Amino acid sequence: MTDFAFLTTLGFGPGGWGPAMLTAAAMTIAVALAGFAFGAVIGVCGAWAKLSGGVALRAAADAYTTVLRGIPDLLVIYLFYFGSSAVLTPIGRFFGATGFISLPGFLAGALAIGVVSGAYHTEVFRGAYRNVARGEIEAALATGMSRPLMFRRIVAPLVLRYALPGLGNVWQLVLKESALISVTGLVEIMRQAQIGSGSTRQPFTFFFAAAILYLLISSVSGWLLGRSEQHFTRGMRRV
Amino acid sequence: MDFAFLYETLLTLLPGIPLTLKLAASAVGLGAVLALGLALMRVSKIGPLSAFVKTYVFFFRSTPLLVQIFLIYYGLGQFVGIRQSILWPILREPYWCAVIALTLNTAAYSSEIIRGGLQSVSAGQVEAGLACGMTRLQLLRRIVLPLALRQALPAYGSEIILMIKATALASIITLLEITGLAAKLISETYRAFEVFVVAAAIYLLINFVVTRLIQLLEYRLTPHLRPAPHAALVKQGGVA
Amino acid sequence: MNVEIQPAVRIAKLHKRFGLLEVLKGIDLKAGEGEVVSILGSSGSGKSTLLRCINMLEVPDSGEITVAGETIRLETSGGRTRPADRRQVDRMRAHIGMVFQSFNLWSHMTVLENVIEAPVHVQKRPRAECIAEAEDLLAKVGIADKRNHYPAHLSGGQQQRAAIARALAQHPKVMLFDEPTSALDPELVGEVLRVMRALAEEGRTMLVVTHEMGFARDVSSKVVFLHQGVVEEEGSPADVFGNSSSERFRQFLAK
Repeated sequence: MTDFAFLTTLGFGPGGWGPAMLTAAAMTIAVALAGFAFGAVIGVCGAWAKLSGGVALRAAADAYTTVLRGIPDLLVIYLFYFGSSAVLTPIGRFFGATGFISLPGFLAGALAIGVVSGAYHTEVFRGAYRNVARGEIEAALATGMSRPLMFRRIVAPLVLRYALPGLGNVWQLVLKESALISVTGLVEIMRQAQIGSGSTRQPFTFFFAAAILYLLISSVSGWLLGRSEQHFTRGMRRV
Repeated sequence: MDFAFLYETLLTLLPGIPLTLKLAASAVGLGAVLALGLALMRVSKIGPLSAFVKTYVFFFRSTPLLVQIFLIYYGLGQFVGIRQSILWPILREPYWCAVIALTLNTAAYSSEIIRGGLQSVSAGQVEAGLACGMTRLQLLRRIVLPLALRQALPAYGSEIILMIKATALASIITLLEITGLAAKLISETYRAFEVFVVAAAIYLLINFVVTRLIQLLEYRLTPHLRPAPHAALVKQGGVA
Repeated sequence: MNVEIQPAVRIAKLHKRFGLLEVLKGIDLKAGEGEVVSILGSSGSGKSTLLRCINMLEVPDSGEITVAGETIRLETSGGRTRPADRRQVDRMRAHIGMVFQSFNLWSHMTVLENVIEAPVHVQKRPRAECIAEAEDLLAKVGIADKRNHYPAHLSGGQQQRAAIARALAQHPKVMLFDEPTSALDPELVGEVLRVMRALAEEGRTMLVVTHEMGFARDVSSKVVFLHQGVVEEEGSPADVFGNSSSERFRQFLAK
């Protein structure tokens, strides 16, 4: 193997794996974004349940975050990927389909990541809400704002600003977790690297390229998040 | 719910526990030593050393653990030199590859935790040590490290839990620890939900016990951070 | 025909307790149109709680609160008292301006955005009109040049003046001041008091909880002294400061 053979292997010329790896990187970003967004929705609901729900809701939310933060993410992915087939295959039979039906890897992966990251989102949103100064809420009440208006104009913008650093951490976590979705066969970075290394017998080249792609995505998104944090929290006190 | 099946599942998964614990304990033990070295290098005034640690930490914290495992297990075999070296018998074993990857990974995260602890030691306490004539090594061993490690303990506890969870990835390179056995059982029975519940319960139990042990250790090590016993109670000879 | 002029604020038999502690033990208070009422008392006397009951930031256990002729309807069920109609409370709050001890400006909005928030979104007035008016108000309190600053970038005195402008923008029928100068450095107290004095001279109805005896004596038309949840002394500043019959009030002044 010559020193620069990997440039041909991973290049964009004929027989090069460059385009495939970049497409896979786009898939990684897409599935991570979908999972992150789903997790954020769960997180808002979870935080609301913990902050203002009744005893039962609070207990449910506590159980959810404790369990999801205590078990391997891989188990959750297996649950969604194989578990969905246990639900879908009989339904498929009923409608006359034969064989094994499962959620597509993208959907199962995004759902699993959403459920896992939802536990972290919950804590981030709850902490952010706690940081909102009681006085700013009282000032809103004192002007006669209705609850929905106050939520939209005062509470939500403040919570979002305080949540930004935490959300950045959750995003980095989600990005790395998305590598596990390769077990469902979804062709994201890891799966593509496995395919490439299998057919070229250059596993180090491919997994190292995969690592670099993750580094790039993580660095660029970290930089963007830092910028947006600066933009949105300009003039605000630091917590 | 089918309790007979749950029980069978439990019996199938239980043999995976020792491997999970062995992987986690090896990684945490070796990782702690490595992390301490990395943290000391990082806070040292020696430019190249601290730059190396920065790069190391950046790489291992910004890439998925799965990539790191694959790089070691599949990747290293690409090099003829490694395949012919005396290390090859170790590097071809999935168990050792998993231990190495987990160790390198946790060392990166832990070194940052320890660094935080080191930086939390106040200059005044260091000066007090110097003032009574301690050497730099004595200072490190007697004052700085004990304070730093106590400070770092809660965060380090979370890192241990994360490592126990991370051992599940070893199943992807064929190791039959808890998750590996669970995946195998699911593919044989297609009863993902029941298997998931049992496996999750086992992990939760392990993590619960480990969390408690860490809390106990933390409590024992930090009497100085607890509120002072009430004077009146002390006089009466202890707390009721 | 009833010839009595309707007072701007009327409080009758107001009771409020926090757990076992009874903070207000039957307060009666009237503030006529254009009157400035200073509410004095040592800490724990219930003076802030009284003020906060007027716009329902604290819900009283019993009693009656009437602002601009409208009485807040309360209902009691299961041992808890709450407003019978939350929308009535919102409507009344929209016309009561409140100035807090800790300013409570919304930290994610500039000064100007703080001032136009309630007029635009609660009172639904045209934005352009609100901005023009807000600029006048900011000029009036002397911080027109700070309109695009964020609260964290202002001094305490400037923040409090911005908060006063925010309350004025609601076109309030009554202004409530809850210890408006207590969180300020001594050298910044004067600029806020000057603004409040100007408002009093315009004939605004103001209820002011304060420790500033100078303001109470020179500006207010009425002084109320609270002690342990009851009105201990009440009258014109001249009467009250001149020859109070209350031993407790004299002790309070001597401190």
